[in-house]
Amino acid sequence: MVIRIRQSCDIPFSAVTPEPVYRSRREFMRLAAATAGFSIGAACRAPAATAEAQGGLAAQRNPQFVVPDRVNSYEHITTYNNFYEFGTEKSDPARHAGRLRVAPWTVKVDGLVGKPGDYALEDLINFKALEERVYRLRCVEAWSMVIPWIGVPLADVLKKVEPQPAAQFVEFTTLLRPSEMPGQRTNVLEWPYIEGLRLNEAMHPLTFAVVGLYGKVLPNQNGAPLRIHSPWKYGFKGAKSIVRIRLTRDQPRTAWNISAPHEYGFYANVNPNVPHPRWSQARERRLPDFFASTPTQMFNGYADQVAGLYTGLDLTRNY
Amino acid sequence: MRRLADAAHRFVQSRVFYPAVFLGCLWPGAALVRRTMHGDLGVNPVETLLHESGRAALMLLLFTLTITPIRRLTGWNRVQRVRRLVGVWSFVYALSHFLIYVVFNHLGDVRAIWADVTERRFIFVGMLALVILAVLAATSTNGMMRRLGRRWQRLHRLVYVAATAGIVHFVWGQKADIREPLWWAAFLAILFAVRLFYAWRQRRPRPSSAV
Repeated sequence: MVIRIRQSCDIPFSAVTPEPVYRSRREFMRLAAATAGFSIGAACRAPAATAEAQGGLAAQRNPQFVVPDRVNSYEHITTYNNFYEFGTEKSDPARHAGRLRVAPWTVKVDGLVGKPGDYALEDLINFKALEERVYRLRCVEAWSMVIPWIGVPLADVLKKVEPQPAAQFVEFTTLLRPSEMPGQRTNVLEWPYIEGLRLNEAMHPLTFAVVGLYGKVLPNQNGAPLRIHSPWKYGFKGAKSIVRIRLTRDQPRTAWNISAPHEYGFYANVNPNVPHPRWSQARERRLPDFFASTPTQMFNGYADQVAGLYTGLDLTRNY
Repeated sequence: MRRLADAAHRFVQSRVFYPAVFLGCLWPGAALVRRTMHGDLGVNPVETLLHESGRAALMLLLFTLTITPIRRLTGWNRVQRVRRLVGVWSFVYALSHFLIYVVFNHLGDVRAIWADVTERRFIFVGMLALVILAVLAATSTNGMMRRLGRRWQRLHRLVYVAATAGIVHFVWGQKADIREPLWWAAFLAILFAVRLFYAWRQRRPRPSSAV
């Protein structure tokens, strides 16, 4: 059987970005850049203030971290995702996350850090330094999206709390609040959800502490108010609605690894050569495509930046 | 209650019963085709198609197994007429499920599919169910029933293997949440229990027959 496959990246990014809000924002950015010579401060501040009132977030796009792929629409990103705290269906987060109260939000920072404590979100994230990055998100279930996140490098957050030399790993804990997170009333996973990274992965410039999406404050269903995304790893490594960041000497016990250790490892690096026990990881479905025709790239296409983290490590065993 | 049962019985006896069941079996597929044409399958259309076609196949397969207990319970012998019809429809949905997987997940790559079948137990049991349903559908005609005689019934007992394999495929396909397939499994277990009960009652010596 011969099937003509349309690669999603055949379409120039500029031609298909669908979100009108997004387009108008880019228009504004270009105007702002054009007038930068005399009044960038004034030009940026006034519209940003209005935008924030509507849940908008002002952020400069960082061209160093923008993939050329077609970006998914805001609707796709916010109505189809896994967030088991709200239910196991992909539509459950969008359906149930509205009830979650995310303000005020405190993140407990403890373990091997020089400045432990309970931090208000604003004290941990420098909202004046927000940037926008367009990252690929590859789910372990073999679908993928391209998402314009807003946030700051996680390294900036960690430096603020001063990791001690003995720290090797970072552990993230998701909020435990069954009254507002109906998925936590069943034991499909061990609650609270815990994820973790090696410290050098967490400090890597690609690892992003996300607080926004598509020029707006991060919607609850995508992990508000604070989530992580390491784009070379499968999506489940990105802890959502984080309430605790702990630096440790030992490798954290992580939720999916506890649930099915032979299926989900600690590293969970995107790797087309290491199949999931129940499906191949060689290709992926770039949503909303019908055909799973997009070849999965080593480290999700970020190999040139992250492969060095794993020299000497057997990636088949450490999946 | 009595009048409701009478109405149901009249419906089963009537001429519209068979076509009504036919349309009922067609319904989930027609709904999926309609949603596909309207672009109403959600962000991951193929996932929706796979889940819904598989669910329809399993539902109809368990329905075929419910028909005989219903007949025994009610004595409405004519319900039996739709058993093969529903079984063939179950196969149609299972085949669609498989073809969606072949075309959209594997782009028709036979080697990749073969690797899936041989290396992944989850795919293997699903394929086992499909092959059994294909054999049963192919031998479901009146002509084949006549030709196979007593062997027909023995061959068609494989439907129990297909139903079990289908549910195991569902369970093994889940990431963590197996609540839904466990409901299906519980239903199948009840059907098995009913059959065991009837088999036990038939074997029991009847004191009244002794003279």
